[in-house]
Parts: sequence; structure tokens; C-alpha cells
Amino acid sequence: MTDTKSVLVIGGSSDIGHATALRYAKAGWRVMLAARDVEAAKRNADDIRTRSGVETSVQVLDVLQTGQLAGFVAGLPLLPDTVVCVVGELGDQLRAQTDPELATTIMRTNFEAPSLLLERFAQTFKQRGSGTIVGVSSVAGDRGRASNYYYGASKAGFSQFLSGLRNRLALAGKVRVVTVKPGFVRTRMTAHMKLPAPLTVDPDRVAEDIFRADVTKPRDVIYVARRFWLVMTIICALPESIFKRMRI
Amino acid sequence: MPAVALPERVSAASDPSGIRLSGWGNYPKVSTELLAPQTQAGARDYLLARSGVVARGAGRAYGDAAIGVQSTISSRGLNRMRSFDAATARLTVEAGVTIADILTAFEPRGFFLKVVPGTKFVTVGGAIAADVHGKNHHRDGGFGTIVESFRLALPGGEIVSCSRSENAALFAATVGGMGLTGVILDATLRLLPIETAWLRQDTRVAGHLDAAIDQLESSASATYSVAWIDCLARGAALGRSLVYLAEHATRRDKEMLGPDLAPFPGPRTQRLSVPERFPGWLLNRASMRAFNELYFRRGAARQGEPRLVHWDPYFFPLDAIADWNRIYGRRGFVQYQCVIPLDRARRVLAEILDRVSRRGDASFLAVLKQLGDGGGPMSFPLRGYTLTMDFPVTDTLFAFLDQLDALVVDARGRLYLAKDARQSRATFESGYPGLAALRDIRRQTGANTRLASHLSARLGI
Repeated sequence: MTDTKSVLVIGGSSDIGHATALRYAKAGWRVMLAARDVEAAKRNADDIRTRSGVETSVQVLDVLQTGQLAGFVAGLPLLPDTVVCVVGELGDQLRAQTDPELATTIMRTNFEAPSLLLERFAQTFKQRGSGTIVGVSSVAGDRGRASNYYYGASKAGFSQFLSGLRNRLALAGKVRVVTVKPGFVRTRMTAHMKLPAPLTVDPDRVAEDIFRADVTKPRDVIYVARRFWLVMTIICALPESIFKRMRI
Repeated sequence: MPAVALPERVSAASDPSGIRLSGWGNYPKVSTELLAPQTQAGARDYLLARSGVVARGAGRAYGDAAIGVQSTISSRGLNRMRSFDAATARLTVEAGVTIADILTAFEPRGFFLKVVPGTKFVTVGGAIAADVHGKNHHRDGGFGTIVESFRLALPGGEIVSCSRSENAALFAATVGGMGLTGVILDATLRLLPIETAWLRQDTRVAGHLDAAIDQLESSASATYSVAWIDCLARGAALGRSLVYLAEHATRRDKEMLGPDLAPFPGPRTQRLSVPERFPGWLLNRASMRAFNELYFRRGAARQGEPRLVHWDPYFFPLDAIADWNRIYGRRGFVQYQCVIPLDRARRVLAEILDRVSRRGDASFLAVLKQLGDGGGPMSFPLRGYTLTMDFPVTDTLFAFLDQLDALVVDARGRLYLAKDARQSRATFESGYPGLAALRDIRRQTGANTRLASHLSARLGI
């Protein structure tokens, strides 16, 4: 291939990040993984290189060091065609209610840091005149729930950020923004939870849908487990007076 | 991520810390603590803190080999490939990578695995632990022959590299050692370069057992050979078979037999699946007889014309049907696989088949294969013939299988541990004279007091 495309996955040590990068690699894309845990990202990069034969590299990045984000984008060996951000932190809601530091980390990891980072990419992509930004948000952002409202609220913020960014860039043309809302995904993050099987997907499925929404069948907002769209539409339609007394 | 989703068949048990786990045969189902480390260091740490523990791969061992007496360490999180050197065809992968993963990634690039078992949904760690064999064992040996080296976590926490030159005794005992020497973390395999991924297959019809063995004997130079026996046939047709011989198709074969085919077609996708509640009455003597008759006629009609066969259904015919083990219902089934040394094979196999056909509830088809010499002290194969059959678990089954065991022991044969769920200690000990070597190694590494599966506890390994 003379015109090799490239993807940068932020959160490359995660299960969804790994699966997503592998999906792009199988289509021949060059892969960059960015992560704080370099060893884990390197293990994923080795796996992707071995399975697909494509070039892969690892970039060190701690997204919470927001002062370094501009330098990170400027210092990349090449500006990718697509950037996928899967950074996220479920956090322990109960603990967060009494531990402001943890609450802050959850909000910064899910909202502040990804937003600041993707804003940098939006600007450089716009200058270049092309690029796709994929933000992995969550259905948990569609409505606040007792069990995870720090996570949900910050994902809600991230979803709205992506929506606004898409709105701005659509008017400028050329740069696309995709919002991905996986439902329950079997990953390390959810390994301790009992997940409802009909609404739960594997990271491979998330990866496939991200690739499709970016490359083969462009979309703006996707729910990964399709029936989640219906579930969330119903949940969002419930009046607050009823919703607040439910345990969902 | 594994290319193919492999559901772990587990269900909640009354003991909240444990789960009920079974092998592929759904018999027996026993309680164990299931641990799922995500890294090699994690696997080692779990091992260090526990006893009565054994590693588990994809859960495709039929019986109780991969269920720890107290704890079971799943290798499913160790599913990363590490490196590949195209010049030497050497591939290093973590133990939880499956044969399906490897073939999906490398078959389109012109590489295959020289030894594959009848399902691709086994992990590399499991394939080493059982020293699985393929349709070419008589020529090429078992899975151990394509393993260059592996790293093993010992119960004391030490991680050692094993190969034919380094820790050679540990290497030999681990190949076929059923996970009882340590936890395999990763392995380096030698892949097989292929000209095309097709198989050139010849079908021969054998009217009875002797003819089938004659066919296998006279075609010992064929790379792959296997006979599918209609084990409901009786009398003069006892052991009637279709003998399949095959070679990796060369570019020339493909030009002649299938010029329009892609040389390296990817894996076939699973289209069929057996529902959770498969109606058991569908599986009766009449339906099995009808199936066997159809299967046999269809195969016989293809006699004589060599044809190209896709690698996936050729090597892994049952993998096309997800969860096929469910057809035997809730009580599960056992697969009975014995090997009988060459000199007694004809007589003893005829006796076994006769008893099975008279009993009448064995699987649709039995598989007869020629095996060569075994690979290590505990490898199943020995020079002779191996017969494989499925039996649904019933109240009378185990007494019947004990009778078959007596025939096997008398002929100095043995049963395959990866399929076993019920043989006695005496049967096992008479079949595996290399057991002392495994026990020695286990004493040296401290594995004897720490590593234990339900299989090892049952057989006193």
C-alpha cells in the first residue's frame, strides 16, 4: 500500500483500545498506541504487530498531565488520519461521595482530559483539512443514575463536548467527529460486575463498530449494543418524579 | 483479543467464592475458584498463593483435567501474541492464544501449524499440556514437536525457560504433563510454510475394520490420514469406514483442481449453533443410523476423485457447529479415546467395536487413526491405532466402559487424559509407565503438593 493510513489510540493499554487498534491494523492501517502504562501498551503493540504485520508504535502519555497535551500532539512522529480516545475511569461511586480527590480524578479522566486533548487534535486536523476524531463516551452519560453519577456526569459532559465539536467542525467541513456509546462491555474495568448478557458486548464488537462508523459506514453517534438505544430512549423519557424512585 | 469469542461455560454455585465448572463433555461439573489473571505476572502471583490449583485454557479438555481441586487459573487473559520472525517461521505467543487465533492471523500469510487437533478452539498452553495430536501423528509426531521452547511458572514462583537443551527433563515432562508441572506462560512455535491453504483429499471406502486398517497401513506415506467409522454397522460390515487421505495442496495441485480458488482463503465463520435446550429424543438409534448411512453414502460417492478441501472443515469439521456438545443433554457425555499397540490393534479394536455396536448408543461416528511413537514420558500416543467415540452419560455407561478398559489394559494400550473423566487408577497406571518421570519432576519442583486437578487427584498423579 503506498498510501498507508494511520490511527492513534489514546488509552492503548485498555481492552477496548487494544481491540480497536487491532481492527484498524487488520485493515492495513499503521497503529500508534498512547498510554500511561507503557509496558501494557507495548504488550498490546507487540500483539498487534505480530497478528497483522503492520507497523505499530507506543507513545507515552498521561492524559491527566494536561499541560503536556499540546506538546504531545505536536511531538507525534506523524499526525494520524484518525484519533480514537478510549480513556475512561469507572471509579468507585460510593468512595467518590466521600473522597473528593477520587471524585476529581473520575471527572478529569472522563471529561476534562479527553476534551482538552481532542480539542488539540481538532485544531491540527482542521489546519490539515482532514481527519476523524472518535470519542468513546458511554450510555451512562445519557441519564444520571444513583450507582455511578460521577462517571455518568463526566461522560455526559464528554458526549456534549463531542456533540459541540462536531457541530463546529461540520460547518468548517472535512473533519469528522464520532461519538461512540458502548453499553456494557466485558473488560477489565467491568470484570467485577454482573452484566446483563443481552446488553453486553465484547471489546471486538466495539472495535468493529468504531471502525465501521469511521471508515466503511460513516456515522455521527453510535450505540454499540443496538438495543441500548431503545433502552436509553425509554430511560431518558421517564419523568424525573418516577425515575428518582427507581433502582436502575 | 481472540478472533473468535469462546464462551466460558460456567454457572453459579451455592458456594459464592466458587463456580461450577466442567470440561467440554459437561461431565463432571465440580466447584472450584476460578481466577482470571490478565498478565503473566498475575498468573504467577495467583499460583504462588494457592494449592490444589491447575491452569485452564479454553476448557476444551473433555473431562476433569483442567479443573483445579481448589482453584483454577484461566489463561484466557494471556492472549497476546509476542513476536514473529518470517525468516525462521518462529512465533512466540502467550499460553492463552488459541490455534484459531494463530491460523486466522497466519494462514492468509502462507503459514500453517504442522500439528493441529480436531478443534481449533484450544489454547497453545492446553495443546502443549495434552501434547495434542493430529491426523499426521504417524508421520510428524505430536504438538510438542513444533514447540521450540516455553516459559513455565513453578509453584515456588520461579519462572523457567524450557526447551530440548535447557531444562530438558522439565520440557519433556510438561509436554503431555496435563498442566501438572507448572503454569505455561508463553511458548515459541515453529510454523509450517505452505504453498496454498487447500488440502488435496482422496477418499477411500473400506467395507469393514480390517480393510480400513489395510488402507491406513498402505497409505502410511500420506501426510494426513484418518478413518471415519460407522460404529453402528454390525456383522460383516463391522467397522465400515471412509478413509480420508490428504496432502497440503501445492500451487500446481490448485492450478489443476481449482484454478479459480484463492490460494489462502481465510477461516470459515460459524453459522450453526446448538440451542441450549436441545431435544434429547432427536438423538436415538434410528436417527443415528440414518445419519451414518447418509454420511457413508455421500462419502463413498466421492471415492476415487481427488479434490480440494478448505482447511477449516478439513481439520476442524465439528467447529462449524457452535456448542455441539449440547446435543448430549444435561448429563453430558464422555469421549472414549484409547490407543492399542500395533500388534494387537486389529483383534482388540474389532472386539471393542463389536461391543459398542451391540450396545448401540455410541456417537454417530468414531474416528480411527494411526499413531506413531509418543513424544515424552506422559504423551498419549504410542505406535498403534487410536479409536475415539462419544457416549452420552447414562446409568449403565461407566460399567460398560470399564469392560472396554479391561480390553485396553490387556492389550497394553492406554486412554487419552485430555478426554478422560472416569478411568480407574489401575487402568491409568498400567497405561502410563512414564508416570514415574512426571512424579520425580513434580517432587523436585514442589508441584506434587501444590498443583492438583480433579484428574490428578482421581488418578493419584
